[in-house]
Order: sequence, then structure tokens, then C-alpha cells
Amino acid sequence: MTMPDAGTRGPAPANPGVIATADEPVNPLRDPRDRRIPRVAGPCVMVMFGVTGDLARKKLMPALYDLANRGLLPPGFSLVGFARRDWEDEDFAQITYEAVKEHARTPFRETVWQQLAEGMRFVPGEFDDDAAFDKLAETVQELDRDRGTGGNYAFYLSIPPRFFPMVVEQLKRSGLSDPSAVGAEWAGTARPPWRRVVIEKPFGHDLKSARKLNDIVDAVFPPESVFRIDHYLGKETVQNILALRFANEMYEPIWNRGYVDHVQITMSEDIGIGGRAGYYDGIGAARDVIQNHLLQLLALTAMEEPVSFAADSLRQEKEKVLSAVRLPVDLAAGTARGQYAAGWQGGRQVLGYLEEDGIPPDSRTETYAAVRLMLDTRRWAGVPFYLRTGKRLTRRMTEIALMFQRAPHLPFAATDTKELGQNALVIRVQPDEGVTVRFGSKVPGGAMEVRDVNMDFAYGQSFTESSPEAYERLILDVLIGDPPLFPRQEEVELSWRILDPIEQFWAENTKPEQYVSGSPGPASADAMMARDGRAWRRL
Amino acid sequence: MTIDLTDTTTGAISNALTEARRRLGGMTMGMVLTLIIVTDEEGQYDAIRAANEAAREHPCRILAMITRRPKADSRLDAEIRVGEASPGETIVLRMYGPLGQHADSVAAPLLVPDVPVVTWWPDRAPEVPAAHPLGVLAQRRVTDSAAADMPQAVLADLARAYRPGDTDFGWTRATAWRSLLAATLDQPHPKLEAGEVQAEQENPTADLIASWLNLKLDIPMRRTVSGGPGITRVSFDTSDGDITISRLDGRTATLSWPGRPDRMVALHRRETAELLAEELRRLDPDEVYAETLRRLDTRGIETAPVVDPEADERVIS
Repeated sequence: MTMPDAGTRGPAPANPGVIATADEPVNPLRDPRDRRIPRVAGPCVMVMFGVTGDLARKKLMPALYDLANRGLLPPGFSLVGFARRDWEDEDFAQITYEAVKEHARTPFRETVWQQLAEGMRFVPGEFDDDAAFDKLAETVQELDRDRGTGGNYAFYLSIPPRFFPMVVEQLKRSGLSDPSAVGAEWAGTARPPWRRVVIEKPFGHDLKSARKLNDIVDAVFPPESVFRIDHYLGKETVQNILALRFANEMYEPIWNRGYVDHVQITMSEDIGIGGRAGYYDGIGAARDVIQNHLLQLLALTAMEEPVSFAADSLRQEKEKVLSAVRLPVDLAAGTARGQYAAGWQGGRQVLGYLEEDGIPPDSRTETYAAVRLMLDTRRWAGVPFYLRTGKRLTRRMTEIALMFQRAPHLPFAATDTKELGQNALVIRVQPDEGVTVRFGSKVPGGAMEVRDVNMDFAYGQSFTESSPEAYERLILDVLIGDPPLFPRQEEVELSWRILDPIEQFWAENTKPEQYVSGSPGPASADAMMARDGRAWRRL
Repeated sequence: MTIDLTDTTTGAISNALTEARRRLGGMTMGMVLTLIIVTDEEGQYDAIRAANEAAREHPCRILAMITRRPKADSRLDAEIRVGEASPGETIVLRMYGPLGQHADSVAAPLLVPDVPVVTWWPDRAPEVPAAHPLGVLAQRRVTDSAAADMPQAVLADLARAYRPGDTDFGWTRATAWRSLLAATLDQPHPKLEAGEVQAEQENPTADLIASWLNLKLDIPMRRTVSGGPGITRVSFDTSDGDITISRLDGRTATLSWPGRPDRMVALHRRETAELLAEELRRLDPDEVYAETLRRLDTRGIETAPVVDPEADERVIS
């Protein structure tokens, strides 16, 4: 027997765990090799609470239409809206129609719309109104009968968390949450009907409240049927982190403390708090963004390779790395926070945070937060992860940047490499999704002069047109029941464990430093980096 | 910008391309593949238009290969279009005289380095795509049996000539139907006894769907004829009655299930650009297509007793 040498070894066999799913009855028409046939959701109803909200209008309804347009919704798919509005089914359809026309990403087709509109119902009512929920239960059972939705319901709670207890309790009381309660006619079929509940961030504002919130939902829905949406995880680039790291051979060997100097994870926004004063004040940038988005990005960047992309394997690795996060000993030196002051942003004069409508003039809520985190693992020991987020900054941008160590020896004269920075691998999450590699290159000419250049991969150039919106992907995953992209309660709790001590320290010791709108953030954040001999990447 | 080069060489074309790119601001496009279109003057306009549209999803260099006047002296004319309709580059190559027999010598130097090559015959399929000089260059070869006068005969030829990497638009057009059929059978259903695919007379897609269902479900399939457009019905006989998907207008399908209300679902006939975009999405051999095609070729389509006096039936068992 001859041993194949390393260079000619064939591709690794596909992970069988990825192909063989659960012990569901097998549909002979579904062949794992047949990749033209997309995953299509089974028959179901989506019940949406908070249909009048911005998110529902701008993201959720258009995403549902786009899914239908791509042929990914099952025949008979139905959507039930529930809200405190005196609407008929037609009014709801009209509102949805307008939302879809304005915000859908795929071209509008009357036939697709008709298919969707046929299955739209609206139930008016308050969350504490028993009769309204009984009506809701009636409505979905009617849909089961008329449209063959099979008793499968997804409840999308696009409402503030303070209403969760009431709604969840009502779902239980009206029997909607119990798959065995509705329609005995399904008792004999191969698969029992399912119930899924979708909740949006915030998942609490600290560990305690997150647990309380979870207890409320947990009391009625089993953990595997709770889908927590972090829309960042639905983005192509974020999923591409996994492809980049684990499908390639050239990154993994340098993806560690041997080569990486530090990592910067940034989410900056150019807008202020807009109309969210009521929600934002008292929450702040760290709870709003770091706890969920940035720590999830950190987890995906830093985790070990999962044994498969099955939900459990993926979450285990994320949980492992989140549990290895260590806070700076001196929180004053290892964190920074700020509040935007009046100034000019993007060519317009804007108000400071304290002057915004509905914000108390003595508010201590931060609109900018930066932290330095260490990971106690063999791979990352000694490599700081700098996380920052803020509002009213120079521009809107989200990225993960791995900054590499400088070459240990440069066989050039010092003047030749004056312009040479650190090599970097930047995963651009938004806008202009893609990957940049930054490295030194000789400047053409007689002298040896080395300067930084960029090598770019842009989704916009290579694949973009068909890449689905994050919500499309996530809603489809909910309807199919595919959970890898949804954080589970353990991850939420681990993130709060990381953030709670920081929040507590801030509350007791510091006042956010003012930074001028349109600037890259407060001076204390720059000072925090300077103490480590590093600097933030330019926004 | 458009650059016309007459009586030229591939070297000059390459130089002109580099120069054009430089003049447009030195952008290097992330081109993901080279698409060779084998066509003629009559078909080139539509084919290039569809390819340009598909290139929005898959930025590529399009080489449209047109053979002209085989008896003339050998000559190569090129028309380069950069930075216009598509994010990639389009080169229309007109080959005169004996050069037409050596199209590969023109295409090979113009392939984008490192990325896959796809060859597409929008009109007439060659007898053996993988052996065609421009097919040899490609790892994916796309034909369209429906463009032929005798689609069934072409499909049979393609089945015998099949090499991994071959594919046919007749199969691509089946995707939406197959997807809906798979979704339909995801639900618990009574045992399927037999099935039927009803379409226009000359419809390779319907034949392939019938063959695929026969292969996967192991039930006898009837292929019946209607006035179209395209495929008008797929149904399964079960002990509870028929499960039927019918589409009479080429746009919306109705799913009828015994004991349940009818449901509507959008099921569009797709444009060439969409079909091409689907083909370019996956460049590995399509094994399911291969098996379906082989089954169609070995079992054939037999004529069966006509049940509906207006329908002409053929059966694959």
C-alpha cells in the first residue's frame, strides 16, 4: 500500500452528520446530492405579534414575500397578524402590500402576492383580552382546515419584552402553545405538529432579567422550540466566517496567538438614537450591541472547529469560548465609554445625546462602549480582543479585523519599510460585505520601498444579487426548524456574565465621556488602546 | 466601452482588454468564471443578453463564439465590451473560414486564469458535448434540448453522450416543479400508486420529470399530452384519490389534495437568464440529472392506452 503524499490527498469526506438529519420519515424526492432543490418550509402558519412595528413592516413582511417569491414557502402558508388595531383582514393585507412593495428585495409579482395574500388574516385585540386570543386560536384552526397548514404554528413576538409574560400566558391559556391540544385529527400522522416561538433582542438587560425572561418563555415552550433572533447571524458574511475558517487550509494555521497580535471587532453607526429614546436610555451601547452582536462575532471568530455544523456542535464551541472570556483586571483601564455631543455628522448639524427628545439631561447612558477582553485558551492566550461600538460616529461600518504581528525580522533598511503597517485580515460585515487582506508590497520604482496594499474579496462583485436578506434566512430556518444560527439561553447568560461586571463598574464609578458627533469616539477609548501600544483601525 | 478589432489575434485582444481595464480606472473584477457561448449571428443577441443578466449574479468573462462563412479565408474579428451591460467582460469572436474548426485555439488563451469554464450551446447541442473542442475546455457543459426540432431525440443522444459535467436546460426548467413536488411529498401522504405528467408534445422537461419521479418513487409514470403552455399537470394516484398540481396559465399552480381545500402557489416559467444563473451556481457534476437521464434512456417512454380520448399517453414503468 502506498501512502498518498500530503499534496495529493483528496478532499476530506463530507461530514455524514450534516447530511443525515433526525429520524424523520424520508422523502424519496429529497436527495442530498440534488442541490438544485432548495429547502422549503413545511405547511405552517406564522402568527405575528406587533405587526404594526417598524421591524415587521421594513424587514419581516418583505422577507416573507421574498421567500414566497423564491418559492421557499409551502403551498398554503398563512400569516396571521395580531395587534391593537381596528382592522379587517383586508386592511392588514393592504398594509402588508405597501410594506412589501416598498421594501422587498425581489421584483414584485402579482401572482406571488396573491398566493401570500390569500393566507393573510388579522385578529384585533389587546394582549390581556382573552376573547381576542380565543379568536386567534379559532383563526389558526380555520386555516388548518381551509389551507392545510397542518397545525404547525410559529409565533413571532415582535413586541417589547415587557409584554412577553402576558402573551406567552395567553398562548398557553388559549391552548395555542400546545401541539397536542389542537386538532386531534393530526394524532395519527407520522409527525406531530410543532410550535415555535421567535423572540428578538433584547434578551434581558442583565443576567437576572435574562433568566427571568427565559423562565417565562421556558414555562410554556421547550428550549428547542425557542428561536432567539440575532439578525447579525443571518448575514452572509457572518456565516462566511465559518466557511473562511473551516473550509480553507491557509487561514487556520495562522489563526492563533503565534501570528495574531490582536483582534478588533467594531460596529459603528452614523445615526443617533432616533426615536428609540424610551428603549435606549438606561440600556446603552454595551447592552444594545456588545452583549449580543459583538460577543457573537467574537465567539465565531475565536471558537475552535465544531465537529459538525449541527446546531448543538456549533453552540457548544461558542459556549466554550464565551466561558473562557476574561475581563480586564483594571476595568477603568480596560474599558471606555462615551456619549455623543452635538456636532456635525455626515454634513449635517446634529444634537447631542443629552439634548435628544425624551433623554433626561443628566442621563449616564453610554452611546459608545469599548472593552478589552482576553480569552483563556491555548489558542488565544495573550491576544487581546478589542470590542467597540457607538452611535453618531464617523461612518456606519461593522467589521472583524485580525491584526497580525509584525515580521520578526525585516531584511530591509528601516527607511524602506516606514510605511509598512501590520498585516491584517478584515472581515467586513457591513456595508460592502467581503474580506480584505492587507499586506506590504513593493512600490514600483528604482528604490525598495514597501507599503501596505489591500487585496479584496467583495460579495458585491462575486455573488451579491441573489444573497438573501438576513431575516429571510432566519425566518426560513425557523419554519424549517433548523437552529444553528440562533443563540440559545446558555449563550445569552454567558454574555451577560461578561457584561454585568462591566456595567456595574460603570454605574458605580464613571460618567460617559462626551465625544463630538461625527468623530471616531471618545479620547478615553484611544487612550485605552495607546496604553497597550496599539491604535484603533480608522473608521 | 466597445472596442472593435478586425483581422486580429488573441494576443491583441488580451492587450486591448488590459488597456480597456486600465482606462476604466484599473478595476480588477472578481470574475468567478469564463462562460463560452457557442452560437451564431441569429442567436447571439438573445444569448449574450441572457448571459449579461446572469453575470450580475456570477461576474464572468463571456466569450461568444460565432462561426461565419466557412469557405472564406481564415480571419478573426473581435468585439470587446467592457463596463457596459454586465459587471464582467464580453468578447464577441467571429471566426471566418477554416478557423471556425479551431475555435478552441481562440478561446483557450482568453480564459480567465484559475476560475472554472462553462460552455453553453443555447441553440443546437453538439452530439457529444464533452468531445466538442469548446466542450473539452469546460468543466460544465450546458445544452438546451428544447431548442431542437426533435427534443426527445436530442435528449436520447445526450443521454448516450453523457459525461460528468453535462447538463441541459430541459433539466434546469424542472427545478421549480421538482421543488414543489418535493415540498408536497414532505407532508404525510397516502401511498402513491402511479403518477402522471401532462405537458405539450415536445417537452423534454416533462419527460425528465416523469423519469425522475419514476426513478425516485419507483411507481409507473404516465406522460400525457396537452396544449400547454409548458407542463400543465403532475398528479399522483393514491387510494384516497388524486394528489394533483395543475398549472394552466404558466404562472400559478393549484395543489389539490383529497379531502383538503385547493391551495395556490406561484410557479413561474423562467427566463433564459434565470436558468443560466441557476446552472452557474453549482459547477460540480449533477448526479441526479445523470441518473434521471439514464433512466429515461434505458426505460424510454412507451405509448400506453389512451384513457382521455384527447390525450396521447406514453408510459414509463
